[in-house]
Amino acid sequence: MKAAKDRMKDRTPAVALAILVFILGIFLAEVCALADEAEQVIKITAKRYEYSPNTITVKKGIPVALEFTSLDRLHGFSCPGLAIRTDVVPGKVTTLRFVPQKAGTFPFHCDNFCGSGHEGMTGTIIVTE
Amino acid sequence: MEINRRDFLKLAGYGSAIFLSGLTGPGRWADAADGDGFLFVQMSDTHWGFANPAVNPDSAGTLKKAIAAVNDLKMQPDFIMFTGDLTHTTDDDKERRKRLLEFKSMAGALKVKTLRYMPGEHDAGLDQGTAFKEIFGPTFYTFDHKGVHFIVIDNVSDPTSSIGDAQLRWLADDLKKQDKNARIVVLTHRPLFDLAPDWDWHTRDGAKALELLMPYANVTVFYGHIHQENHHITGHIAHHAAQGLMYPLPAPYSVPKKMPVPWDPAQPYKGLGFLSVDAKVSQAMYSLTEYGVKGEKL
Repeated sequence: MKAAKDRMKDRTPAVALAILVFILGIFLAEVCALADEAEQVIKITAKRYEYSPNTITVKKGIPVALEFTSLDRLHGFSCPGLAIRTDVVPGKVTTLRFVPQKAGTFPFHCDNFCGSGHEGMTGTIIVTE
Repeated sequence: MEINRRDFLKLAGYGSAIFLSGLTGPGRWADAADGDGFLFVQMSDTHWGFANPAVNPDSAGTLKKAIAAVNDLKMQPDFIMFTGDLTHTTDDDKERRKRLLEFKSMAGALKVKTLRYMPGEHDAGLDQGTAFKEIFGPTFYTFDHKGVHFIVIDNVSDPTSSIGDAQLRWLADDLKKQDKNARIVVLTHRPLFDLAPDWDWHTRDGAKALELLMPYANVTVFYGHIHQENHHITGHIAHHAAQGLMYPLPAPYSVPKKMPVPWDPAQPYKGLGFLSVDAKVSQAMYSLTEYGVKGEKL
């Protein structure tokens, strides 16, 4: 009986260490997960009559921040498939935040009339799984 | 609610308008002659300055043909309303003024001398209507004609496709002066309702204008912008779009990307034309007749 108790005592540090490692593992996994879910920040410039970049790839479920800068005049950004839009006003950075909830390809366009090439001021957001 | 020509007949008792396009000739009720009505013509989206032979190889001649056709109408309208996009947009302010002046000069060939204008985004979206106002006057206004109160709303000078709070207050003030049964016709460039917002076929704050108009029993809206005939009802308010006079556009959301419909040599000028409106004031009814560019009834 005493021998059994001694064996238990001998194992206590190992068990504690194992628990500690387990907890640490969970903690690190959480940290990694948080890192994975960090906001996807994409800088976009708008000018007559283009966005740069005009193809944007983001991950489903991960928050996105689109940071727009207009290089000339008032433009718009509208992506009906993702139900997001904003005015893009020159002289400041306009940030549009959203979390893509579905994968797919979603066209966007300028929805503030900006001139002769307005109709062609378009782009695409690709949301991957 | 989107409706076709014939379905609109079934809704005659629904609102203030009846639609009889293509079924009857102009002056069916002889209202203009009996003093209870009048005719007016809507010409829209002439896009003077547009140049793309694949879309319209007769871009310089189409408006002239339409003007000749209007001049040949047996019963001349009391006035002609141009519902915007008189010119095709240009980034050059000088060129914009030149096109607007050329357009005005051409419109002067119409026999009818009461011409009323409003801008489209192509005329006014880049300079907030500055050049348009210099040449044609205010971008929003009212006028009364033989018992009908006409309200011209500018939803294009603001590049965000909006009417704006100031103009909405002006609209509210004007409507307060009207009887709830007044015959009201609203003229706009863009539709006031959400026809196809992704294609810019809407007015961002159009719902506010419609809310102001809703208490009035006899309201009908005529608009342009979409380059095709369209009939729609919101509540009891009927909305009618006229064809354009430079290039047709596809039906809402019928193609992935909105593009002018290419010219069909087998059917030249297809999809282009103007609208004649026969107003019967006592009944608050409007008989609409669509014409092609050369004056053929559609």
